[in-house]
Amino acid sequence: MLNFVWGGMIIVSIVCAIFTKNTKQLGIDTLEGAKDGLELLLVILPMLVMWSGIMEIASKSGLSDKIAKIFRPLLKRLFPNLDADSDAFKYICLNVSANILGLGNAATPFGLKAMKELKRLSPHSDTASDEMMIFVLMNTASIQLIPTTVGTLRYNAGSQSPFDILPCVWITSAAALAFGLTAVLCCIKTTRSAVVVGA
Amino acid sequence: MEFTVAVFIGIVIVFGFVKKVPVFDTFLQGAKGGFEIVYNIAPTIIGIIVAVTMLKSSGAMELLCNLVSPLAQKLGFPAEIVPMAVLRPVSGSGSTALLNQVYSDFGPDSLAGRVASVMAGSTETTFYAVSLYFGSVGIKNIRNTLYAGLFADFTALVFAVLTVRLMY
Repeated sequence: MLNFVWGGMIIVSIVCAIFTKNTKQLGIDTLEGAKDGLELLLVILPMLVMWSGIMEIASKSGLSDKIAKIFRPLLKRLFPNLDADSDAFKYICLNVSANILGLGNAATPFGLKAMKELKRLSPHSDTASDEMMIFVLMNTASIQLIPTTVGTLRYNAGSQSPFDILPCVWITSAAALAFGLTAVLCCIKTTRSAVVVGA
Repeated sequence: MEFTVAVFIGIVIVFGFVKKVPVFDTFLQGAKGGFEIVYNIAPTIIGIIVAVTMLKSSGAMELLCNLVSPLAQKLGFPAEIVPMAVLRPVSGSGSTALLNQVYSDFGPDSLAGRVASVMAGSTETTFYAVSLYFGSVGIKNIRNTLYAGLFADFTALVFAVLTVRLMY
């Protein structure tokens, strides 16, 4: 499906540029976009390298197992078919804890490792398993306790109390996550026969 | 808040020493894995950023905002935040720029400023996360994950408006 979304975005852009007479700008910006992509990668690279290293220490020392246990009961309900002692489940727990703490850059390596493990457990090589869908959805929603970036931006813009939106943010994130998960679970139910994951 | 990162790393190192883990050797081993991850996700990221840039530069994004704005106003959404809400699931840096725009145009403590803040603080860049996670393991059929994620973003928009209106 990403094939169609990605291709569609580009086709729509080109057609749109013809009508809005932005064709020249589009041509220039397309190449700029590739450069922006590389710039983003250069921002991500040191973060991922550093956190992967730190997390390897946490993993070897057994600290990560301890952290993973905190969210185990809650996540067990979301992933009932996943063995709670599997590496996949452990990485999911670690990804969630890093996300909640606002360590987004630390969450990504865990998340990608979790996906790798989930793929190993899935009988289908190129179709998303139920667990993958739930897990990716959780990463498209924000479960960060303190939205530091927004707080900082508000503070810089001269807000009287940058964090007074916290209650609204918590309610909104919880609602978004709940509705998103419901949507995913509905989709899983309706397509259950198509994909079955062995735990 | 920024200090949490350092504290967290400190705890990891101390725990490593206690458990007699060769911390630096282990760090290097893990860091190598980090490079591999970046190598694997690089094509995905460049591909997405190109498509998103094209969408913005062609005026398609603006067109979509103009289409949505009147409808949004009728439903009680502040029209000022529509561009940001539309861009939010697609581009992290783009929506942050628009968030700052809302702040400088209407103030961070205005209704629009607050709604935009809540929206930004309670969502992630859905399109990016979906492509990154599935792309990293070569999943082609992602079933309805993207739609569910966008549905969650829409829910966030609705709740951002509702909660801010209720509390202020």
